[in-house]
Amino acid sequence: MSPLVTIATRFMVLSLVAVGGVQSILPEVHRVVVDVHHWVTDAEFTQMFVIARAAPGPNMLLVTLIGWHVAGLPGAVVATAAVCLPSCTLSYFAARAWQRFRGAPWRRAVEVGLAPITVGLVLATGWLVMQGAPGGWVAYTITAVTTIVVLFTRINPIWLFAAAGALGLLGVV
Amino acid sequence: MTPSFAGDGGRVTLGELYRGFFTAGARGFGGAMPWARRVLVEERRWLTPREFTDVFGLCNFLPGPNIVNVSVVVGARFGGPRGAVVAFLGLMTLPFLVVLALAALYTRYGHLAGIDAVLRGVGAAAGGLVFATGVKMAEGLPRTALAVGFLALAFVAIGLLRWPLVPVLFTLAPLSVLAAWLRRA
Repeated sequence: MSPLVTIATRFMVLSLVAVGGVQSILPEVHRVVVDVHHWVTDAEFTQMFVIARAAPGPNMLLVTLIGWHVAGLPGAVVATAAVCLPSCTLSYFAARAWQRFRGAPWRRAVEVGLAPITVGLVLATGWLVMQGAPGGWVAYTITAVTTIVVLFTRINPIWLFAAAGALGLLGVV
Repeated sequence: MTPSFAGDGGRVTLGELYRGFFTAGARGFGGAMPWARRVLVEERRWLTPREFTDVFGLCNFLPGPNIVNVSVVVGARFGGPRGAVVAFLGLMTLPFLVVLALAALYTRYGHLAGIDAVLRGVGAAAGGLVFATGVKMAEGLPRTALAVGFLALAFVAIGLLRWPLVPVLFTLAPLSVLAAWLRRA
């Protein structure tokens, strides 16, 4: 079977079970691409994970890199599409159904109930990202300054990212 | 001027959808979610803060990367099926190209000179941005003991105890929704 077809079918199935995002299926992705198909080695998988995190955007680009490694640009496109298409289609129809129940009391209860958990998750993510940061007083200062500037000013945080990246490049962080 | 949220098709064109999500994806170092909120709520005002929290909350329960789901849901809301595709492509275009370029550089040179150092700095800023975004979202919540309690439980379970997301989500959410249902006026 063409590797493109294998990539497509494997990732399309994984797409539908990736509740909580791609990180929740990473162990299974690792099993499939390293242990079952031997498309990449353990070390290559780790490298791809690091490279994917270096790019902006959704943290699912590891899948793009696996596709690229196996079958070049077509592989990258097929892998990315395969991991997105089923979950995106589901989201599309879920959103349409959701729209239909606008004004229903149970929908309002779901939204009111989910909101604090959603915000708790965002705060926990921020906390975990901070824990994963390099540490040291320069890094803590960057985190604190970014938090304060984002909360209390209208300055676009992209400038803080640029400054923080420059400090990193200079070896200060 | 506030855009209309009356229903599908609103007042956001396909081109605007593409550019809005392109911006969120392009800036999204360390996670695209805070940038998506910034673009959708603060810069372009396509969604109110509460609408964003609702959409993002829903997308957390759907499989797939949650911010990709947000692009599909918001795109569909303003532009139907075509809007969903356009918003998705906007979000993905640049990150897709950048990750391939990084991989090509890595393959060629065996290392990513400087990238790691830059990311150490950006990583520190990204934590602050996500945290501040969470605080902004918290400001829109009702000041009830229930809301504060469930927020704290989610934060402690995921952030401090580092329990796995899916069981935490599927335990806390039904309880919180049930509580909201019982307390409805």
